[in-house]
Amino acid sequence: MSLSAYFVINLILALLLYLYGRSRAIAFSSSRKLFATKGYFGLHNLLVAFVPSFLFVLIYTLAEPGMIRYLVQSALPSVLDVEPESFQFIYNELLNVHAEIIPFDASNTTHTLGLAVYVGAINTVSISKMLLFGSIVLIATMYALYRTNPSFNARVHAELMIKWILMLLSMISVITTFGILLSVLFESIRFFGQVSIFDFLFGTQWSPQTAIREDQVGSSGAFGAVPVFGGTLLIALVAMAVAIPFGLFSAIFLSEYAKSSTKDILKPILEILAGIPTVVYGYFAALVIGPFIRELGDNLGWQLTSESALAVGLVMGVMIIPFVSSISSDVISAVPMSLREGSYGCGATKSETIRNVVLPAALPGIIAGVLLAVSRAIGETMIVVMAAGLAANLTFNPLEPVTTVTAQIVTLLVGDQEFDSAKTLAAFALGLVLFVVTLLLNIYALHVVRKYREQYE
Amino acid sequence: MDKPIFQVKGVDVFYGDNHAIKSVNLDIARNEVISLIGPSGCGKSTFIRCLNRMNDTIESARISGEVLLEGEDIYSKEMDVVMLRARVGMVFQKPNPFPKSIYDNVAYGPRIHGLVDTRSDLDDIVKESLQKAGLWEEVKDRLTAIGTSLSGGQQQRLCIARTIAVGPEVILMDEPCSALDPIATAKIEDLIDELREKYAIVIVTHSMQQAARVSQRTAYFHLGEIIEVGDTDQIFTNPKERLTEDYITGRFG
Amino acid sequence: MSRDLKTLVSQGLKSRYRNERIMRSLGVTALLFASGFLLLILSIIFSQGYRAFTQTYIEIPIELSTADIEDISSINFQNKIRDGLRELFPELQARAELADLFRLASRGASIDLERDISSETPPGTINFIALASSDVDMINKGYFVDSESPRGRLSEQQYEYFQSLTDRNLISRQINTNLFLKGDSSYPEMAGVMGAIMGSVFVLGITLFLSFPIGAATAIYLEEFAPKNRFTDFIEVNINNLAAVPSVIFGLLGLAMFINFFGFPRSAPIVGGFVLTLMTLPIVIIASRAAITSVPPSIKEAALGLGASKLKMVVDHVIPLALPGMLTGTIIGMARALGESAPLLMIGMVAFITEIPQTIFSPSTTLPIQIFLWADSPDRGFSERTSAAIIILLVFLILMNLIAVILRKKFEKKW
Repeated sequence: MSLSAYFVINLILALLLYLYGRSRAIAFSSSRKLFATKGYFGLHNLLVAFVPSFLFVLIYTLAEPGMIRYLVQSALPSVLDVEPESFQFIYNELLNVHAEIIPFDASNTTHTLGLAVYVGAINTVSISKMLLFGSIVLIATMYALYRTNPSFNARVHAELMIKWILMLLSMISVITTFGILLSVLFESIRFFGQVSIFDFLFGTQWSPQTAIREDQVGSSGAFGAVPVFGGTLLIALVAMAVAIPFGLFSAIFLSEYAKSSTKDILKPILEILAGIPTVVYGYFAALVIGPFIRELGDNLGWQLTSESALAVGLVMGVMIIPFVSSISSDVISAVPMSLREGSYGCGATKSETIRNVVLPAALPGIIAGVLLAVSRAIGETMIVVMAAGLAANLTFNPLEPVTTVTAQIVTLLVGDQEFDSAKTLAAFALGLVLFVVTLLLNIYALHVVRKYREQYE
Repeated sequence: MDKPIFQVKGVDVFYGDNHAIKSVNLDIARNEVISLIGPSGCGKSTFIRCLNRMNDTIESARISGEVLLEGEDIYSKEMDVVMLRARVGMVFQKPNPFPKSIYDNVAYGPRIHGLVDTRSDLDDIVKESLQKAGLWEEVKDRLTAIGTSLSGGQQQRLCIARTIAVGPEVILMDEPCSALDPIATAKIEDLIDELREKYAIVIVTHSMQQAARVSQRTAYFHLGEIIEVGDTDQIFTNPKERLTEDYITGRFG
Repeated sequence: MSRDLKTLVSQGLKSRYRNERIMRSLGVTALLFASGFLLLILSIIFSQGYRAFTQTYIEIPIELSTADIEDISSINFQNKIRDGLRELFPELQARAELADLFRLASRGASIDLERDISSETPPGTINFIALASSDVDMINKGYFVDSESPRGRLSEQQYEYFQSLTDRNLISRQINTNLFLKGDSSYPEMAGVMGAIMGSVFVLGITLFLSFPIGAATAIYLEEFAPKNRFTDFIEVNINNLAAVPSVIFGLLGLAMFINFFGFPRSAPIVGGFVLTLMTLPIVIIASRAAITSVPPSIKEAALGLGASKLKMVVDHVIPLALPGMLTGTIIGMARALGESAPLLMIGMVAFITEIPQTIFSPSTTLPIQIFLWADSPDRGFSERTSAAIIILLVFLILMNLIAVILRKKFEKKW
């Protein structure tokens, strides 16, 4: 039975029970005082009939491919000679044969016997899906029918159910965080089974591509991430060197100097800059800024590449200017007007007031904003993927090419991948580091911003 | 009366389309405390902010007429607004000490104006100003404490000390006690009385008792106009105008 | 003291006003820098991309016999194009010369020809407007006029043929419909963004379908129903934090969870939609919460005071009033999702896919990823298409933001 068939059955049943609840309620509303208006009986039945079975189908469908795989994996060795390592390969072939991507070959035992096991597994899984669905629907219907009586307070129950549904939906964001943590953690642990965590965090040799070869898996120092971390920091540093002054000064100008008419023109410019997709910045960095800096170097007699950290950082910095500017603007505007007036009242000029009163008062908020911007810079992906190099180069010279955590994650995971190789898993270990670092930065910065806001509220 | 320090001649103020002050004339003498009273929204705060051009910070405000400080028009091109505000200090409705140490709060004006060359001179000014503001005894042991850690009354006296430290000729006070309790208010009122010896003080107040206690002259504002100016005693005992009488007898306000 | 004050203050005024001007000009400089950069990006993209919106065609005579029309399936369209070209240059006989000549027309020309001819076509000679190859297109668009090799990638002979065709008025430039209607291709002149746009539509459709209801429900729960306790605080911190998690991390989640754990297909819009949903949810939630908080408490209290239950109050009063704000936030979130590419790289949506995707399970790319793919190609034909695709993407983004602005203006607080 297809997904939509389940959905339609579910919907029809829910509608029927809704109508039943409504009409019964109308019928007995004449005789007895009802706890709820008739609509709530319908709503109650609708929810009872729809929600549990819908959730079941959703979760079961998500889990289906995994269950089929598990069934095949446990049943296949009894009919075929399968090495555990080659199971994935055979399983993929079975999937393709079943989907008719690979033509069925009657002389191939993998095709004949394996397919039988595979189809058997599909049948088992879908029959049990139907049976379970049927019983859930039956129980729900019986419950709804049993509850459709005048002494039942349908309103309270229906509202409680809706509240629960809302709460469950709001859990999705929490689940997402745990999902991220679990998925990067799980794969990282597998990675650290092959490469020592110490080597990963403190090693200075990064050459994951070569490690695909059998004799090199987890061999000496191929996964030392220090140059990758160093490159990330270097680019982030360049980016912040651009974004902080330009962002801060534009914020100061916008919130302290600009007339409202000027603001109406300038603010959208920053908003457009913020709205340009990162892939466009990446293209721009690779196409214009990188070559420009290389040519500049040529004119000065320096041998530069167009993938220098400077080019990437510069473009990334421009991308982050609106972010720094808007957070700083918010923070600066939150400084009470009375402080400025106190300063003007003493005869201070605008710039003296800004330097001596406004900025010191806004400092915690601005620092928090800068931390959020740093977190953005180290998490930025497309610009570095398109414009930065891939060679892990431990340097603090911004004119040299470096690589970053995000660029490595993308390079390691894009294209063909074997899921058990250290190369692929290394991407998750890098992801774990990135997630933890940005998480700490964000939590701290958001906490400071929140406290800062409360201070002046 | 000596030659007045401030002469206000036919001043009008507009906020956008709102005519907030209507051709006001007023003279302010040296060494006097003059109170501006009137119902809320009558323009007395707007008026006091004209005297040191604090209205400049409001984009939509327009002003016409003449405000002469010792004969110079403060709205003329020659008058520098920084210089003006150094000469005409201001204390605000809500105490607004900077989030800095007590010392730095008081030293703020002398520092930005470059009034002193040595640290010891600055120390002297800070001490003197805090003494004049009657705060020295309370804070002399914790000059490095942050200004906002003081009580409301202390904060307002700190703001007065901050204003005095520049050495102005006139001090404008915009309802300086409205956020304070009665005891703190009494202290500020005593202070105003002492400060009169050196400065001209213009005080906006919503409390008629306060006006009667601290000022020598009083001006009554109504809907952006000065209805009556005179000696405080005369205004409160024998007002010439009907509107003034209605206000001080509490018929409206 | 006051005389003293005047002289002291006036001594310092000059340098103080200089500092004032410096501060001001720093602000102006910063904004000029930002605006200048924006202008630079836009002008470079535009100047590179506008030429991709037209395409060069060659007018070739095609001979169709009655036999051809009767059995269309037997026509070799490639040969028809070649015969047409030979007819234009009857003097060419050598095999190498002919091979050079044939390369002036795109491989796509025969496909177009096949599409144009039906059993209703009258036999005889038709003047077919054939798609030119990218190399011809580049020359015709004047890319190499001032460069060292004005012939571009054409050989000397090819360049002569091209000149001869130009002299005979057989070369024309027309609106590049392929760009809008076709999928990706390894030949620039046949490559279009339609496949990527469909991919984006599928991905955004799923994102919208999931993130709006979930985001709105979360916002309603947190603002109206959730008890104010530690756990609610935790959810809140969690949402704010999720908004700042690097997008590439969401890609890792998608890869590990949806593809490896749940077994969803790689490169499919459904997974892209899931990933972008999780990514845009915080934006939608934060905007929706702001919209709900701006509903005045007086209205809520009035409803509750009349005996409405909390749910009834929310459904009847809060949701209608907060809906424009929620929608605005959702559109802005969608715009962010449309421009996003990093997480989609992780789940394999970066692939050379020539077919236009038909379902949410078929392999596809999205518009930003198409840009990423084309940006990698050194071919000039692709670099002008990269910029053109960026222009198309920016137009979509501007439209979405415009809708958000209009929505916000139209439903600005009336209370």
